Amino acid sequence: MRNDMVPFRLPPLRSLLAPLTGLTLFLAVWQGVASQIDTTLGKFPGPVETWQQFTNLIEEYQQEKIREQKFYERQRIRNEKKLQENPNAEIVWREYRGMPTFFDKIRRSLITVASGFLLGSLIAIPVGLLIGISKTAYSAINPIIQVLKPISPIAWLPLVTIVVSAVYVSESPLFDKAYLTSMFVVMLCSLWPTIINTAAGVGSVTRDMQNVSRVLRLSPLTHLRKIVLPCTIPSMFTGLRISLGIAWMVLIAAEMLAQNPGLGKFVWDEFQNGSSQSLARIMVAVVTIGIIGFLLDRLMLLAQRWVSWDKTATLR
Amino acid sequence: MNPPLPHLELSQVSIEFPTPKGPFRALRDINLKIAKGEFLSLIGHSGCGKSTVLNIIAGLYQPTEGVVLLNDREVREPGPERAVVFQNHSLLPWLNVYENVKLAVDQVFRDKPSSWKKEWIEHNLKLVHMDHARHKYPAEISGGMKQRVGIARALAMQPEVLLMDEPFGALDALTRAHLQDSLMEIQETLKNTVIMITHDVDEAVLLSDRIVMMTNGPEATIGEILPINLPRPRNRLTLSKDPTYAALRAHVLDFLYAKQARRIEEGVLA
Repeated sequence: MRNDMVPFRLPPLRSLLAPLTGLTLFLAVWQGVASQIDTTLGKFPGPVETWQQFTNLIEEYQQEKIREQKFYERQRIRNEKKLQENPNAEIVWREYRGMPTFFDKIRRSLITVASGFLLGSLIAIPVGLLIGISKTAYSAINPIIQVLKPISPIAWLPLVTIVVSAVYVSESPLFDKAYLTSMFVVMLCSLWPTIINTAAGVGSVTRDMQNVSRVLRLSPLTHLRKIVLPCTIPSMFTGLRISLGIAWMVLIAAEMLAQNPGLGKFVWDEFQNGSSQSLARIMVAVVTIGIIGFLLDRLMLLAQRWVSWDKTATLR
Repeated sequence: MNPPLPHLELSQVSIEFPTPKGPFRALRDINLKIAKGEFLSLIGHSGCGKSTVLNIIAGLYQPTEGVVLLNDREVREPGPERAVVFQNHSLLPWLNVYENVKLAVDQVFRDKPSSWKKEWIEHNLKLVHMDHARHKYPAEISGGMKQRVGIARALAMQPEVLLMDEPFGALDALTRAHLQDSLMEIQETLKNTVIMITHDVDEAVLLSDRIVMMTNGPEATIGEILPINLPRPRNRLTLSKDPTYAALRAHVLDFLYAKQARRIEEGVLA
């Protein structure tokens, strides 16, 4: 680690004052406006109702955990009994199949977004490097990227759904189709910013750096490894960070449509359910989506700072 | 007495660059024979193609006509035996001082054991007085220090010819004087062949065995070659009162500002 890294320090109280005031004001406005909106499902949920539903969701999660424990407990006792009666009896262990709780859905969303983002990045980084290095590859691929880039990933969803159904046929599928569909849509939209920023990063390799490499007679591979990659990494991570942000936004919409049991489906199900609690539960999901999105961005920012050799650049 | 076989030879070198208005002939008929261990300066106005000459010797450009021979072998591509110290240091910003030199050493001395390489890197950093800052990154050191590291990197390639493109051009006068002294010291011990581009008449006279003065472009060529027969080691303070030094200096100034005075109305080719 470099010596100019400052150890983590808690911010002083004064610097917390402004954000806390902002937050309080926001909550007040939210509560005020919410009480003015009457819907067919009752009043629009304010922060208080949303918080109540959040605690409810935690409770439901705990109850579900207890049910699961009891299920396994019953199964164990049943199986032990069987063995006592007949030591050669065939024992079947069944997996608990309860309703996925809110937190299971968060996990599902995170797994979906992570896998789609990783897959997308694995494609985007080499493509970005390629079109950054080769002018020919750039003129061949760039027009396609420019046309594909503005397409809303959701427009792909019906096509992806059909293709996944047609192609992914398996007796014992490792992944369910809703997951694959959402994951591919996430992958599609996380490609472009990474490709474009990686290519731009390669463009920042100066003529001088190239000349250094030529004088040293670095092989193409060494040139890529020692000059191009390190020079590109800060820009590449900017692209990755934008990609992950978009991926998370798109995921929610994709899950609604593909019925992947993540946060998107949670929102959709509550919307269809239409009980008096639904709006507040949707609000919980909305706030959760925002907080997770924020945390993902912070995570990428940390990664960006970690890999960036240009310590004078302010990354925020 | 037979003249020694030239170590480095440029013979009838011309270069044309393609432009939208047709080929642009930047240099023509460059003929130059350089002996081993010689220190040569290229001086001329901006845009006269000094850097182009250097880049051709480095192999970064291919001459349109003519040939560059190093030890009787044609130069066709860049290589570490013709190390370049670039004008703006061109250190890699993500590597620290030590690693920047290491990149060159790892490439040129692949087969040497790593302990040898470590010693060699440290030795070269000591030569330029930069061993104390080996863990610093380029962004953390001054321009003069960066240029020192650039020189250490070039020296670490153990080149037959050291090519320097205005190495001290961007530095303040004090730092420049300091680095010139360092360079003379290094040259005294290593006896490299050096070709240096400069704008600075004093620098050229102080450091060189010969000064190659170039005419203005386009179609720039060698106008005059001035041998500097001042005894070494040279000291800038004693030389400043030396009449020979003053005469040589006046000669170069005369070439630059009387014979090759820039006619501004012709426009400046950068």
